[in-house]
Amino acid sequence: MATASISDGREKELWRRLGEVNDPELDEPVTEMGFVERAQVKGDGGVDVDFRLPTYWCSPNFAFLMLDGVRKALDQLSWSPAYCVKLHDHMFADEVNRGLEAGKTFGDIFAELADDQDLGALRETFRMKAFKRRQEAVLRGLKAHGLTAWEILGMGLPAYDVARFEPGEAARQKPRYRAALLERFPSRRADDPVFVTWDGQQVSPTGLPAYLGELRAVRINMEFNGGLCRGLKHTRYKELGVVDGEPTLVDFILDRVPDRAAPTA
Amino acid sequence: MYRTPEGKDIFVVDGHTHFWDGSPENQKNIHGKQFIECFYAYHTGLSPKDQLWEKSKFEKYSADDLYRDLFIDGPDDVAIVQSTYLRDFYKNGFNTIERNAEVAKRYPERFIVNGAFDPRDGEKALEYIHFLKETYDVKGVKMYTAEWNGASKGWKLTDPDAYKCFELCDKLGIRNIHVHKGPTIIPLSKDAFDVHDVDHAATDFQGLNWIVEHCGLPRLDDFCWIATQETNVYGGLAVALPFIHARPRYFGEVIAELLFWLGPEKILFGSDYAIWTPRWLVEKFWAYQIPEDIAAERGVQLTNEIKEKILGLNAARLYNIDIEAKKKALASSPFSIAAE
Repeated sequence: MATASISDGREKELWRRLGEVNDPELDEPVTEMGFVERAQVKGDGGVDVDFRLPTYWCSPNFAFLMLDGVRKALDQLSWSPAYCVKLHDHMFADEVNRGLEAGKTFGDIFAELADDQDLGALRETFRMKAFKRRQEAVLRGLKAHGLTAWEILGMGLPAYDVARFEPGEAARQKPRYRAALLERFPSRRADDPVFVTWDGQQVSPTGLPAYLGELRAVRINMEFNGGLCRGLKHTRYKELGVVDGEPTLVDFILDRVPDRAAPTA
Repeated sequence: MYRTPEGKDIFVVDGHTHFWDGSPENQKNIHGKQFIECFYAYHTGLSPKDQLWEKSKFEKYSADDLYRDLFIDGPDDVAIVQSTYLRDFYKNGFNTIERNAEVAKRYPERFIVNGAFDPRDGEKALEYIHFLKETYDVKGVKMYTAEWNGASKGWKLTDPDAYKCFELCDKLGIRNIHVHKGPTIIPLSKDAFDVHDVDHAATDFQGLNWIVEHCGLPRLDDFCWIATQETNVYGGLAVALPFIHARPRYFGEVIAELLFWLGPEKILFGSDYAIWTPRWLVEKFWAYQIPEDIAAERGVQLTNEIKEKILGLNAARLYNIDIEAKKKALASSPFSIAAE
């Protein structure tokens, strides 16, 4: 029994850590997107993770960033296990898996496949997008609550922390925006305005509508990918779940096709 | 022709359709298999449930399927059928102009057949553009900047070889350049679907119309910015429009942005057949209203008059279609479809 509860606890810890890895482009946890197909703690404590993206064509650099995130998450596991991460059905799956088996770092594998792309710069871009998307959701939530632009833009962290939302996008993004803000501006003071631009500039109350328009454009792009990815992932699982060849129209109509990752979008 | 529930007839030009062969027999390698699977995933991911096709039909459908889905069951009056070769993936090409021209022969009034070329072929590309004009009298071409060609995994509209091609198009009167700028597919170190090259090409070739298919999504803001600056840049709704079913509010945000930045004259309907069929798209589009808060924030409305422009009038203008003459010609050439 003791072994069972240890492995249960480890399994939970594993999924919790994996849940901290975001799809950089969509700013959603990879576990919620359904990208982690299997994560298992073996008898000897070793960990296997199978990773599958929505399409064969998914941008390789996004795949790299996510796998690198997975690796970092696994490195933080309390029992420091040996682990094996496998990328399935991706155009560069072979290269990535071979590189990993040979003990190369992601940076090295990536450098071979994508000569001049700067991973650091890419990460920074995605951090900026996530910051803006989270911020927009909270701003719109506060507006919907009837707060004026002056009230919103004058808000410091203490006031922010007591704000409450009905369940929804604003409620979901509130703690995530807080985390992004503190990561971006670690030395900010508690009563500094919570809503500033990515560059740390204050937004003027009269400029708020235009600023919100700008943030919305960022979200429209991110949600397009998100909507498509969820749809594609959904389809891909459906296909994989069918043992006897491809599902036919009849299978879809009769709902005989396994439905493991219903799109939430 | 689409007849609205109020009884009004709307002229429909479907700006983006395909007659492809993605069947296993035509697949050259794993990439060909995965490419059509990716399309199929788009189809199943965003279509209403009652519109789903079997995989085998999706891979290769018949000319009769095409006529029926576009013109008999579907509301299209005229369809622009695009060519995309993907020769590195498909033995005989994915959807070739030969195949398109063959299908168009039976009902020439119904089709506008567009060609395609690859500027990386250099002199050969120029010869081929002459051939396209002389053989098919093309009025437009489809550019697929992420197409693989040997070691190259993509090209830009601003490449010197591409400019030579566009100069020739301009000279020969091939005015409509459809550019696929859509979802990320094969960008490794450089993103071949980045929209910024459209900005330069459109400035340098004022005599050409640049129709950005998929509106540059997921780079809508970049696209809107460019299309606002350049009077000869248009947005094709293929891939954006099917969200009207799966995520209607999201579609409202997209169309509101397009109307705000581009205005109603520069947006073109396209089904992207056979990924989606035009009937449900047009029906849902006609019935659609932008959610009030989004419309108010952007100060735009999607009126019936604007919908009519998007569904046909705008494309008719680009392709010099005389709508009254076309209606008469279509009325006098009824369809015949092979018996099932």
